Amino acid sequence: MATTALIGTTKGLFVLTGERGSAFAERGPLFPGENVDATLIDARRDARHPAWFVGSMSFHWGPTLRRSDDAGATWTEKDEAPVAFPEGAGASVARIWQLAPGPTDEPDVVYAGVEPAALFRSRDGGRSFQLVEGLWNHPHRPQWAPGGGGLCLHTILVDPRDPDALTVAISTGGVYRSDDGGATWRPSNSGIRAVFLPDPDVEFGQCVHKVGRDAADPDRFYLQHHWGVYRSDDAGATWQPHEAGLPSTFGMALVAHPRRSGTAWVIPLQSDEYRCTPEGHCRVYRTRDAGESWEALSDGLPQSDAHLTVLRDAFTSDGGDPAGLWFGTRSGEVYASFDEGDHWELIASHLPPVLSVRAAAG
Amino acid sequence: MKVVFELAGPLRQHAGGADAVEVDVPDGATVTDALDALARAHPAVERRVRDDEGRVRRHVNVFAGGELIRDAPDATALCPDARLVVLPAVSGGAEVVSVKKRAQRPF
Repeated sequence: MATTALIGTTKGLFVLTGERGSAFAERGPLFPGENVDATLIDARRDARHPAWFVGSMSFHWGPTLRRSDDAGATWTEKDEAPVAFPEGAGASVARIWQLAPGPTDEPDVVYAGVEPAALFRSRDGGRSFQLVEGLWNHPHRPQWAPGGGGLCLHTILVDPRDPDALTVAISTGGVYRSDDGGATWRPSNSGIRAVFLPDPDVEFGQCVHKVGRDAADPDRFYLQHHWGVYRSDDAGATWQPHEAGLPSTFGMALVAHPRRSGTAWVIPLQSDEYRCTPEGHCRVYRTRDAGESWEALSDGLPQSDAHLTVLRDAFTSDGGDPAGLWFGTRSGEVYASFDEGDHWELIASHLPPVLSVRAAAG
Repeated sequence: MKVVFELAGPLRQHAGGADAVEVDVPDGATVTDALDALARAHPAVERRVRDDEGRVRRHVNVFAGGELIRDAPDATALCPDARLVVLPAVSGGAEVVSVKKRAQRPF
């Protein structure tokens, strides 16, 4: 199964291509020196020739967005800032944290989540983006505060049943939902305990790290919080902890199975003070019962002196069958599993710190 | 009148490879006016120099006549043929351009 992975690092983009079970070819760095925080492989218009989007940031020259329609051979980039706050907003885009597809039947709709926390929408295939002002003007926004990575909007989920039903997550702000295409928003954090605040049961202000949607039940979400792994069965209205079997409830990354209901994976880290794989063991944890229990997956992963950090967008599924899983570490390794986590392979090493991973199996 | 932006190495790819670009501004124009003209003539360069709010980016320096004027572009008046040098604040340029030899008053 031909597979492509886009590895965003602190020093540019690396492209891994190959067949499952064979060695992967590595190309890069593309855009050397740039932080590649977000990529998107968008196959909605052409499954055989998906569009690639890359959101990156130069510490000197600011953020930018590029698109390729020929697997990275050539790139297009707007002269004007592709994702920018309008005049009068009083803010500047620092980083593009997330690129997400819009509805399946609207392939020209692409979303971008940025720092400072804001949502942008493109209706022309990513050529231009407009600020979703309903969220930007939310009265809670002045009280959102940056987490360790900055004040970022990092999760964007479109309800497959309703293109106007949007769910986003902000660190730190929490989960917000809209039922009207982004015109109005409401916080959706009931049950997520903000243990880093004097009152943990706040309406908003949670440090949500990542949210994934169940493959078959659009009302079911899985959520990795700053401390805590949660599930919602009511589209985010309420959340319940689901942590049995995890060595730590701290972590950054979470992936939901692309097709099978009830299956998701997390990569726990020891604590917020020591953001490395617990006890020197690198383990991915899988649930097959919607978070009621979690099992450790370690075959092929380093099990001694492995102090690895996996960031929130450095873990993904390639959508293949069986589902391939990919993650990158801050120490520059990329691991993949082609049997849903039972066995893992080291695909690349000695890369710069990995910020983002997206993959597609054809 | 015309003023010239001398571009650091990484910016030149966004100006067709040129190491300097010229813009037209009214007599008595400030550095802000010149940057506004740069935005019209070379938006791919200008957006890398200033952010969405029109501020010179944190890690970009703009020199006029050898003086760092990044924080006072509105107050810095230019004379005809002034040369503005744009450099990364710490590193990243392909070539360090000497600004001393172009010092003049006003800039």
